[in-house]
Amino acid sequence: MSEKRLLKPEAVQEVHLETDILIIGAGNAGCFAAIEAKRLNPNLKVTLLEKAHIDRSGCLAAGMDALNTYIKKGKTREDLVRWSRDQVGGGPLREDLTLSMAEYLNRCIEEWEEWGLPIKKDENGEYLARGKWDIAIHGESMKVILAEKVREYNCEVINKVAATSYLVDEGRVVGVTGLGVKDGKFYVVRAGATIVATGGAAGLYKPYTNDGNDCHHQIWYSPFNVGTGYAMGIRIGAEMTTFEMRWCAVRTKDFNGPIDTISVGYNAAMINGRGEKILQTHYSHLGGEAAPRFIRANAPMDEWLTGRGPTYVDTTGMTPEQVKDLKEDYLNERPTFVQFLAARGQDITKEPIEVYGSDPYIVGGHTASGYWINNDRSTTVPGLFACGDVAGGVPNKFVGGCAAEGVLSAIGAVQYVAGLTDRGHTDPEAVKSEKERVYAPMARMAEAGDGVTPGEMEERLQRLMDEYAGGVHQFYRTDHHRLEYALKHIKILQEQVRYLIAEDVFNLLAAHEVIDRLTVAEVLVHHLLYRAETRWPGWQTRADFPEKDEKLNCFVNSRFNPETGAIEMLTRPYEKVVD
Amino acid sequence: MPPRVDNVKCDGCRNEREALCEVICPGNLMALDTETNKGYCRSLRDCWDCMSCTKICPKGAIETRIPYQLGYYPAKLVPFTGTGKMTWTAVDINGKVERFTFRTRNK
Repeated sequence: MSEKRLLKPEAVQEVHLETDILIIGAGNAGCFAAIEAKRLNPNLKVTLLEKAHIDRSGCLAAGMDALNTYIKKGKTREDLVRWSRDQVGGGPLREDLTLSMAEYLNRCIEEWEEWGLPIKKDENGEYLARGKWDIAIHGESMKVILAEKVREYNCEVINKVAATSYLVDEGRVVGVTGLGVKDGKFYVVRAGATIVATGGAAGLYKPYTNDGNDCHHQIWYSPFNVGTGYAMGIRIGAEMTTFEMRWCAVRTKDFNGPIDTISVGYNAAMINGRGEKILQTHYSHLGGEAAPRFIRANAPMDEWLTGRGPTYVDTTGMTPEQVKDLKEDYLNERPTFVQFLAARGQDITKEPIEVYGSDPYIVGGHTASGYWINNDRSTTVPGLFACGDVAGGVPNKFVGGCAAEGVLSAIGAVQYVAGLTDRGHTDPEAVKSEKERVYAPMARMAEAGDGVTPGEMEERLQRLMDEYAGGVHQFYRTDHHRLEYALKHIKILQEQVRYLIAEDVFNLLAAHEVIDRLTVAEVLVHHLLYRAETRWPGWQTRADFPEKDEKLNCFVNSRFNPETGAIEMLTRPYEKVVD
Repeated sequence: MPPRVDNVKCDGCRNEREALCEVICPGNLMALDTETNKGYCRSLRDCWDCMSCTKICPKGAIETRIPYQLGYYPAKLVPFTGTGKMTWTAVDINGKVERFTFRTRNK
């Protein structure tokens, strides 16, 4: 192995850093937050803490072929709210937060273009539309372009450090601890304000594409986003919202590649084994081809279950020029899909592309799961702000919306820092105990030499969630008793964390990724239990409560009580601010 | 999607401060073998096939493969990064070649 084996926590080197504004996660949202903070006050020290390398980290590593939220000529912010509301079946969503996000959407996208991102144009020189709110781009290098801007604004970037827990002083966040994923060092970063931008959570559920082999991570979302930002917030009692609104998407089967690219971009309808247009034939009462995203994701799965599978998007009407354009789109976002078609020897003008549902994810950029936040993107814990996929309340943010939220969180954090009278204290005992927690799987490996590997625990969790908490193999269905079963076993797994072993830093990070996933999974199951209705079939299907209950058109929120260890559930009203 | 490193082409990025595949991989999966000083993927199952390693390799030594469980041998997809543009070459299992060139940056 290339990394030092570090077996004793007391031998681990510590790195202590100070900054004014700390941003955890240098993905799209985090980068926009950093740039905005420097613009607002160039004298502030702005630090990005990144688990990978800023040039290709987060969801945009491979690029993107479209931006799904741009307010085109003739459209308003209120129109966006109405559309977003329809996409989540009438609510709940935070309309106040959606409106404030929409204020910055176009600015972020237009600046990205000025910085170098190629956006396709139509014959009038306007951005090329792909559906109602989407515009087409050549986004292969969009993250690299953004990273260059971050450096140009003199933000400090610390690559290869994964955050582990917040530093807390009398109820407020004053920084974070981290694990150096290459150097194995323990980082203590103190900050005036902290912005969490770590993304959502993949790998909670078993994907159907994993045959226990090389395609374990053949999934929709970035598999390196494991829910650490949620888990850190949960551990200190931050309020979370709407975890039960899981994101499941219809994808190309086996490869798990994007489908909107084809169905929205090239008007290719989904068809079933009988050749029927699925949405028009069987879902016209729910909007047909214009049905909301959760219906679109659930429909092919229902076809399989009802005996009308397999399911496809009908590409056989496409011209060779369209196929070339389509492949170019894929090369900008998920390049190996082009290779997958080559590996099947498939000509999609003759054979349609097969589709199927993905495994479920928790991702606040698509659904409303995440931190419960205020309009300035502050969380319920002072000193802590949230943006992007980790922030809740605003479904359908997508790439543009996560960027806009980065800007908003920076405005909030800069204001907060300006009002600070002191920077708080760091309790050395708390730091020491966190350090012991972080290196415990290595210590166990050194002392006992035997235990549970992170991979084993990850697969146990994924199997459990898949079968009992509504995974793809169960056609997204679950019920009260299955969820209780899942909780019981999540508790056992949490007890078993003390047996985790790591022989090197690489495995130590993997151990913490599964620990964080366990925390997120437990909260998710509580949310699924609380919502005793079926509001978003597919995203959230309670087989024991198959109907929608209008009394539950409210937010289901949760708070971990660090004193008792209990997860406390509460509801908050859905406030409509747009007609 | 496992990246395969050609041990003849890979020189361990001897002219760089650090091996570029190791620096860029968003999953911290690429590493240099301490004995041979060649790049390798230490957990094939954990790769997201973003191709960042394949694109950045100065020697063109990395190939991203489709797992055989999903697609047949020997399909290839080879990226070539130019100034502000990229060219991709795809070869399917029947030997059919397709080439794509497009902008990745505005001037």
